Amino acid sequence: MILQAIAFWVFASITVAAAVMVISAKNPVHSVLFLILAFFNAAGLFVLLGAEFLAMILIVVYVGAVAVLFLFVVMMLDINFAELRQGFLQYLPIGLLVGLVLLVELAVVVGGWVISTDATARATAKMPAVDQVPNTDALGQLIFTHYLYLFQGAGLVLLVAMIGAIVLTHRSRPGVRKQNISDQLARDPKETIEIRKVQSGSGI
Amino acid sequence: MDGLLREYLPILIFLAIATGLALVIVTTSYIVARQKPDAEKVSPYECGFPPFNDARRQFDVRFYLVAILFIIFDLEVAFLFPWAISLGGIGMLGFWSMMIFLGILTIGFIYEWKKGALEWE
Repeated sequence: MILQAIAFWVFASITVAAAVMVISAKNPVHSVLFLILAFFNAAGLFVLLGAEFLAMILIVVYVGAVAVLFLFVVMMLDINFAELRQGFLQYLPIGLLVGLVLLVELAVVVGGWVISTDATARATAKMPAVDQVPNTDALGQLIFTHYLYLFQGAGLVLLVAMIGAIVLTHRSRPGVRKQNISDQLARDPKETIEIRKVQSGSGI
Repeated sequence: MDGLLREYLPILIFLAIATGLALVIVTTSYIVARQKPDAEKVSPYECGFPPFNDARRQFDVRFYLVAILFIIFDLEVAFLFPWAISLGGIGMLGFWSMMIFLGILTIGFIYEWKKGALEWE
């Protein structure tokens, strides 16, 4: 139990420190690396909560894919980031306002728990008990039947993301010679080569 | 709950040892080794010739397209794990809901294949 408390405080403090470094690091690539550190520690917090499937997904999807995507975005932009930070103090009020809105929303969530004490019990009524069914199995029993429409909505969101990314970034480059095997096989010798009898001593 | 965390205890110990070892190696080499840096020693070494430009070059947008297509199919596989485990308990509805989900993503896959987004050119 004491080990669990130590692990929680270590993971939580490293997460918060890494999150602070994400927004305050000078080099944007370092920001992304601190973001990866924050993801890893958040995965540790998920394990402490007993949500091991979410922890593994956080590592596979966020560390493995989303962080790489962020790195590509950082490397793609042709921006002098030191120059960009000049107006940091100028935008501080707007940033604080956004933070305040998020804080109020968190307060509303926590307040909901405080006001109706059985809210958690009602929300988790459908869930099988943690100690009887493994985490992944418990998720599977709910996502595909009880939350069917949300699941299909997630599929549609992924479809829109896929098509949107292709429409926005894919363009065919003119002047690129590609190998087209069916075109090559469909060539007819009669159209492409011509056989002539050449008399010796004279040209064509 | 405690049983679950007990299974993760070896990983925690491993993490602690790995972090400690990394810290020890970096700090001892920092403290013990003699350090006389000069401009030639600390500049990045590029196989015999002087580096011609900054490491922060612009990437092509095509890398981004490949990464985002990877994320989408990564998420698809993430949904397949709980489905495969609980398939025995969720019946035909659960089976067909996953089939529809896979069908929606297959439409996108056919679109990107036909559009040539998977080809590098």
